[in-house]
Amino acid sequence: MSVQSPISSVNDFVVRFANVNGSGSASANELFARSILRHGVPVSPRNIFPSNIQGLPTWYEVRVTEDGHLGARGGVDMMVAMNPQTWDKDVASIEPGGYLFYDSTKPMPSSKFRADITVIGVPLTAITNSTYTDPRQRQLFKNIIYLGALCALLDMDPKLTEQLFSEQYKGKEKLLSSNVHALALGRDWALQNLKCPIGLRVKKADKVGDRIFMEGNSAAALGAVYGGATVCAWYPITPSSSVAEAFTSHCKKLRHDPETGKAKYAIVQGEDELASIGIVIGASWNGARAFTATSGPGISLMTEFIGLSYFAEIPAVIMNIQRAGPSTGMPTRTQQCDIIACAYASHGDTKHVLLFPEDPAEAFEFAAQSFDLAERLQTMIFLMLDLDIGMNHRLCRPLKWDDARQYDRGKVMTAEMLDEPGRDFGRYLDVDGDGIPYRTYPGTHPTKGSFFTRGTSRDRYARYSEEGAVYADNMQRLVRKFETAQDMVPRPLQANAAKPTKYGVIYFGSTSPAMDEAIGLLEARGHQLDRMRIRAFPFHSSVASFIADHDFVYVVEQNRDGQLRSLIVNENGIDPVRLVPILHYDGTPITARFIANAIGDHQDHLKVTPLRKAVS
Amino acid sequence: MTYIAKPKFQHPGLPKNDLGYTHRDYEGKVSTLCAGCGHDSITASIIEACYELSIEPHRVAKISGIGCSSKTPDYFLGNSHGFNSVHGRMPSVLTGANLANRDLIYLGVSGDGDSASIGFGQFAHSIRRGVNMTYIVENNGVYGLTKGQFSATADRGSKSKKGVMNTDNAIDLVAIALQLGATFVARSFSGDKTQLVPLIAAAIRHKGASFIDVISPCIAFNNHAGSTKSFDYVREHNDAVNRLDVITGRDPITVDYAPGSVQVVEQHDGTRLALRKIDADYDPNDRLAAMTFLQKHAAKGQVVTGLLYVDPDSEDMHAHLDTIERPLNTLDAGDLCPGTSALEKINASLR
Ligand SMILES: Cc1ncc(C[n+]2csc(CCOP(=O)(O)OP(=O)(O)O)c2C)c(N)n1
Ligand code: SF4
Repeated sequence: MSVQSPISSVNDFVVRFANVNGSGSASANELFARSILRHGVPVSPRNIFPSNIQGLPTWYEVRVTEDGHLGARGGVDMMVAMNPQTWDKDVASIEPGGYLFYDSTKPMPSSKFRADITVIGVPLTAITNSTYTDPRQRQLFKNIIYLGALCALLDMDPKLTEQLFSEQYKGKEKLLSSNVHALALGRDWALQNLKCPIGLRVKKADKVGDRIFMEGNSAAALGAVYGGATVCAWYPITPSSSVAEAFTSHCKKLRHDPETGKAKYAIVQGEDELASIGIVIGASWNGARAFTATSGPGISLMTEFIGLSYFAEIPAVIMNIQRAGPSTGMPTRTQQCDIIACAYASHGDTKHVLLFPEDPAEAFEFAAQSFDLAERLQTMIFLMLDLDIGMNHRLCRPLKWDDARQYDRGKVMTAEMLDEPGRDFGRYLDVDGDGIPYRTYPGTHPTKGSFFTRGTSRDRYARYSEEGAVYADNMQRLVRKFETAQDMVPRPLQANAAKPTKYGVIYFGSTSPAMDEAIGLLEARGHQLDRMRIRAFPFHSSVASFIADHDFVYVVEQNRDGQLRSLIVNENGIDPVRLVPILHYDGTPITARFIANAIGDHQDHLKVTPLRKAVS
Repeated sequence: MTYIAKPKFQHPGLPKNDLGYTHRDYEGKVSTLCAGCGHDSITASIIEACYELSIEPHRVAKISGIGCSSKTPDYFLGNSHGFNSVHGRMPSVLTGANLANRDLIYLGVSGDGDSASIGFGQFAHSIRRGVNMTYIVENNGVYGLTKGQFSATADRGSKSKKGVMNTDNAIDLVAIALQLGATFVARSFSGDKTQLVPLIAAAIRHKGASFIDVISPCIAFNNHAGSTKSFDYVREHNDAVNRLDVITGRDPITVDYAPGSVQVVEQHDGTRLALRKIDADYDPNDRLAAMTFLQKHAAKGQVVTGLLYVDPDSEDMHAHLDTIERPLNTLDAGDLCPGTSALEKINASLR
């Protein structure tokens, strides 16, 4: 087989594993990513999986990136093709000069390969079958054996992988030694039979620092623990289920009363999303910090209750891990497509606070902060993650907490306050002019401070009323409250280009790493862009000024309709022509290449001087 | 404005309960329901039961859905927090409230439309979770607030006010509550205060999911000939299995122990339920027998009322979840936040 200039790269390449769902490959593939991290080289892995439990194709991609680019890159330098079903597609996706690693137990006709790639065959099935008799062992250890072979091919230090095994199988000597053995089997075979290392190599570096490697959903769940959430009600839906599952496991470790062993939390798997959000609202009404985690279809079901939360002013937190819609859409693919649905969820005039974390560290911080915001503002807070952050490991700065931090329980009147002479309690009185009224928890005082919570219109003293002026007064106050929120939510972050420029770019959430990388690519093409990362809705006033300061601004989003752009236009009264949509919505994570090409092409067109109209 | 507050004046000679409260302390706003609506009688019974139990009104949280019945929490316990949630979703809101603070008394008030149609799932699941609550359905077999449509508890063959025959089978919420594991199940009639008041009192004292289905005729849309939820129909077809006395721990126990006529059930909290039996062989501790008994009588067109089932060893949702005794809503950062040292360990485990 002729090989054309094989790719040669140290610490900068993409390996993709093509597996069959349910074959136990996930942990071996993750171990591969972690082993590289232990070399001090950053990685950015991504799960690409079908909406199915067993049998269908699944991919795991590891971007090895000494430069620390954490967005998806696109393209594959080395394919570990373990799934016959997707063979043709997998082989086709390899970059010219790339590598194909496969199980060569059964010979393949040469028509199944490409001339411009290097093919590396390891008889994995033969090796496993001659070593193990148990079918499950054969399946699982096959994954470890290919891991061992890869270690040799990429020149990785096997000690670092062994170290990971010993951490994982602490106290389970048998498992430890059998895994170490399988790893060595693969490695030794490769060293004896193949030309190792290949052009792609991992070399020790010191580029990871103190960063941690974590999934967004787990980080958000931990944020809920630190933020003081005691009630979680949820209903399973991909990609959000692991939030509640992680909250459960964090609570089991961190939240039991040392004396009695009893739980300082309550987690209920609701019968559906209606019940889950109902439980959250009931708990928050009664003074506990409560949240649910869901995805688009769950949001749809919750909307009636979301309207109640808005109008009756009951705090609540929804973590929405977005996936590709509409309807069931592509349940295991990523998008940022529920912006409008969440911002204006429910009927009538509603507006809700949205937070857009960029990575697990921010997911942790914003999750904790969302409970303060919910209680301070007495409203629903949406933590907007997506599958790309939620279900993938990402390198991020270590999680931080200030032990002096107290929870902001918002405006709650206690029995003592109610007894203060001259104190007037009206549940919907705007005492401080910020639109936020005082509430009381049920059971506070024998004769003062009780009120009726309802979704129907009422006056400032919570008395049912259908009078137009009373209703309008209330609705106006809710607008005031939303304006107050503007200065309480995380502000947008701005970074200026190296040189003055007339152009800007706005982006948010999981797009962040791809955008960071795209800026470099654009600069290389001669384009300068100021950028702003929006972190919350309502939009801070600096968003409008940023747009005003530029001839026009690109808005990068992972949805078809430019939902954030619409929200900016709608809320800030901006001429839509000034905002150029850059949209990526095929369900894969947006890449730097995509952004740089889309913006770069648009910028290139601007440089073309228009022809003068011919005058006859 | 449709809101009518009651005058605050209280006659000094009004009788007081153990806490020194009068009936007036358990009242709410003036009802805006149709005069004669069965729901108002249930309101009166709730007031009476809370008065008799000497409950501190503000320690009750009253939660409802949407419907005429769901409006009633505004008409009792004016010093309690109330919550008119959304149609059919009272049970989840109550469940959440209960999770936040296990120390309050939870009264869930709902209608048959609310609980047997749109909220059927939530009804079922709150019961099976064993939420410590008194769940009252004010059952008139019809949608009152939206003016007279059949509800899912309307009996097959019964007629609407316009003379239309109901051809769908009825959902019997009592039978379902029994099947789902409610630990206190009763049925009563809004027009029978003597039976209803002690049932509500007992349900409040019961730890776990208490369910009371109260037939409550709708004067406006379901009190005509051909209805099986009218005052006349229920009076004619009512078969009470027992009458109840609730004896709280504070009172001396002076029950009439006449053999064969009284059965005493002691609950967790020391409350004794003295069942003065009318149906001599009715055993309220046998779930299976209760289900059969109910079906047999329903087949004969009889509405069985009374305490149909009680489990004196009941547990509630907090026991299942093993939550701490302190209400979760009283915990603050010091109790809940694991702090930086734990976070450092977590960070270290993620490298
Ligand atoms: C989502 C939703 N659907 C429909 C309604 C309209 N609605 C209000 S009350 C009601 C039925 C009430 O019947 P029931 O619960 O039996 O109470 P009743 O009025 O008979 O006491 C309906 C359908 C609503 N409020 N919300
Ligand atoms: S319509 Fe029926 S249920 Fe509603 S208040 Fe009138 S009588 Fe009662």
